[in-house]
Amino acid sequence: MLRYVLKRIAYGALTIWFIATATFFAMHAVPGDPFNSAKAATPQLRENLRARYGLDKPVSEQYVLYLKNMLRGDFGISFTQENRRVNDIIREHFPVSAILGVVALLIATAGGIAGGAVAAYWHNRLPDRLLMMAVVLAISIPSFVIAALAQLFIVQANDLAGRSLLPVAGWGTLSHLWIPALVLGLGTMAYLARLMRSSMLDVMNTDYILTARAKGLGTWQIFWRHQLRNALLPVVTELGPTIAAITTGGFVVELIFAIPGLGRYFVQAVQQLDYTVIMGTTVFYGAFLVTIVVIVDLLYGVIDPRIRLHGGQR
Amino acid sequence: MRKLVVAASLFFLLFYSLPLLASAVDAEQQRITLSLATEPPSLDSALATDQISSFLLAHLMEGLVQYGPDGNLVPGIARRWEVREDGATFWLREGATWSDGKPVTAEQFVYAWRRALDPATASQYAFILFPVKNAEAVNRGDSSPEQLGVRAANPYKLEVSFDKPCPYFAKLTAFMTFYPARQDVVERWGRAYAADADKMIFNGPFLLKRWVHGARLTLEKNPRYWNQAAIKLQEIDLPYITSDPSTHYNLYKDNRIALSPLDSSTLSDALARGYETHLFDFGTLFFLEFNHRDDRATRNLALRRAIQSVLNPSLLVYKVLGLPGIKPAYSLFPSSMRAGEGVFSEQYPPPRIDYDIEQAQRYLAQAKQELGTIPPLTLLVGDSPRAVNEAEFYQYVLKQSLGLETRLDQQTFKQRISKMRRGEFDIAAAGWGPDFDDPITFGDLFASWNENNRGRFIHAGYDAAVRQAQQSLDPEVRLQAFDRMQHIISDEVVIIPTYENVGLYVQHPRLAGVRRSIFGGDPNFRYAWVEP
Repeated sequence: MLRYVLKRIAYGALTIWFIATATFFAMHAVPGDPFNSAKAATPQLRENLRARYGLDKPVSEQYVLYLKNMLRGDFGISFTQENRRVNDIIREHFPVSAILGVVALLIATAGGIAGGAVAAYWHNRLPDRLLMMAVVLAISIPSFVIAALAQLFIVQANDLAGRSLLPVAGWGTLSHLWIPALVLGLGTMAYLARLMRSSMLDVMNTDYILTARAKGLGTWQIFWRHQLRNALLPVVTELGPTIAAITTGGFVVELIFAIPGLGRYFVQAVQQLDYTVIMGTTVFYGAFLVTIVVIVDLLYGVIDPRIRLHGGQR
Repeated sequence: MRKLVVAASLFFLLFYSLPLLASAVDAEQQRITLSLATEPPSLDSALATDQISSFLLAHLMEGLVQYGPDGNLVPGIARRWEVREDGATFWLREGATWSDGKPVTAEQFVYAWRRALDPATASQYAFILFPVKNAEAVNRGDSSPEQLGVRAANPYKLEVSFDKPCPYFAKLTAFMTFYPARQDVVERWGRAYAADADKMIFNGPFLLKRWVHGARLTLEKNPRYWNQAAIKLQEIDLPYITSDPSTHYNLYKDNRIALSPLDSSTLSDALARGYETHLFDFGTLFFLEFNHRDDRATRNLALRRAIQSVLNPSLLVYKVLGLPGIKPAYSLFPSSMRAGEGVFSEQYPPPRIDYDIEQAQRYLAQAKQELGTIPPLTLLVGDSPRAVNEAEFYQYVLKQSLGLETRLDQQTFKQRISKMRRGEFDIAAAGWGPDFDDPITFGDLFASWNENNRGRFIHAGYDAAVRQAQQSLDPEVRLQAFDRMQHIISDEVVIIPTYENVGLYVQHPRLAGVRRSIFGGDPNFRYAWVEP
């Protein structure tokens, strides 16, 4: 078990190093440099700027320096937010993305499981058909459309009510969180609902359900006690990658609802070739993803005793 | 099941706190709420380059002079000034203080200008200080900052000397790079200076009370501002930051913000709702820039003239862009540019261009004779939907009327600028916004020594006109020099002006006294108030 854990951690570290290296060289291969702005820089200014950000050194030296600083957890200073450290940017904005992501995930999980269960219970009847139609819509409509529509809906609702039921955009109180989290979680919710539904249907045809029925249990009890619980397992194992995707994928929602999350900084940095922020956020997100994947792999064994982590014993 | 219901309602109660949101304007508190397109990249006046930072700094800081409600220069920290051929003198008012109560003195201007020119600061706007004697040498690191031609004759008298005459120097000093700075505060915070609300200090009409990065900035009236009696607004709150234009408009509709820009999609809704819409002239020029380097076909004047004779800006503006307010452009100088005693374009109208296909084809025949064959031209454009529309129009017109093939090269902003700098284009879509209220901010763009002259146009007559406009103290001589420039631009087809950008916006009907102007920080709320 311990060996397995250590091996996984070592592979994780290797992956992060690979991400860091690939990002570093990809970024330096992109044409243009962060100092191109509408107002031309004199050769002198260009030199001053390059010196200030250490870009006057050879690329190999920059790479070594960057890895060294990264190991010390220092990502340097942003090119566009000129007086801010990348560490501060991550520290201040990741929690925002994370809160939004966690709430989105809660909504998505609760809604997905409930929706899938309901659809399976009324299999091939009206609720099932309606739900599956909604699922197809939620998966296929891009999130920026859903987010924009949701915002418009809030404006109309507030207008009709004559007071603010919900804020249109912004961040700060819990009421700011609801609609963005719902929009962010919608795709995942739809996916989980489908997964839950098919898992429920699989369980429905197993022997132990037949046995339960033969024992004379009521439909509701069978559904609640036996069907739902057993059907949850595949859904739970899907949650790991979903957590990572949802806490890192909120860019559009953050933009439309004016939420100060890290996703926005990440995308803007790419557009503006803000080297240090691109590097910092990519490596941070990479490390975050790798960590989650490792944790989920380890948790598999805890959730389902049939999965053995050490293996090899016959 | 019951447990589930209880849990769900608890969860709901816990998380759903009724929002207590301020409305767009509050007459009693004289408080307004606004939104921002991006987080200000830098509130260090030596480093700031963009519109958002300029807007905020114009409310937090005060330079030697400022723009008054009618767009004329009015006293700021300097109560009077004098610009001569060899320099300028500014007499500072006594009694102007920083937000901590310390006086604003001439020494703080000297410190700020030296700092902006210090190579280690790497200020992108250092060039705007170049009229000051020795400024370029200091910025190159060839002279010590002490050699800079500015000194405090006494705490309230600032003496500036020039290398060459600079008749528009007073206007320059309204620009943010010229704002004063406090050495003790700058040195205390080092590289973190002005990165947070508590790491900076203010001498303008407002204080930065709160800055939550990416989320919210709050400006509060500065009780120690020398002219605080003239400031009516008590608070400007900016709790929404996003670059999504429809979010701003939705917030406006919900009465959360007092001002929202409009774009083509939100404009129709605003009109349908009967909102009063406003226009604001950015004074920004968009144009097609030719590559004049030797290895390019566009080096050929006849070819450029052929293209000029078929690209009619009014067709582009009215048939293709179709946005209200955007004006076709015919000169290097935007139609609203002021010069001398009035608007430049009224005194010296733009040169006439005949849009004549037959004439164009004669030019083209001449070009073909001189060049042999004309290779497909590379048209370097931006990646916005509008830029693509525009590019397709150019492509269509050049193909239809001249049979010229063009290849579109769409690039993001930084990459487009980078390609222009390296000369990897034949024709590039470019734009320019003015830094200060004098035509020279456009005129010197195509001087042979200007780094922004990315098409490398080199013309002795043009350079001479720029020098004259830069150095003459006689307004009439300057106007004539600008007129010569606009004629050379047109005769030599250095660029083809296409349109001037105009901003559309909605504003809360009870908010009054807002000044919109590209100069001195826009929008300007110094003289604004909320009507009851």
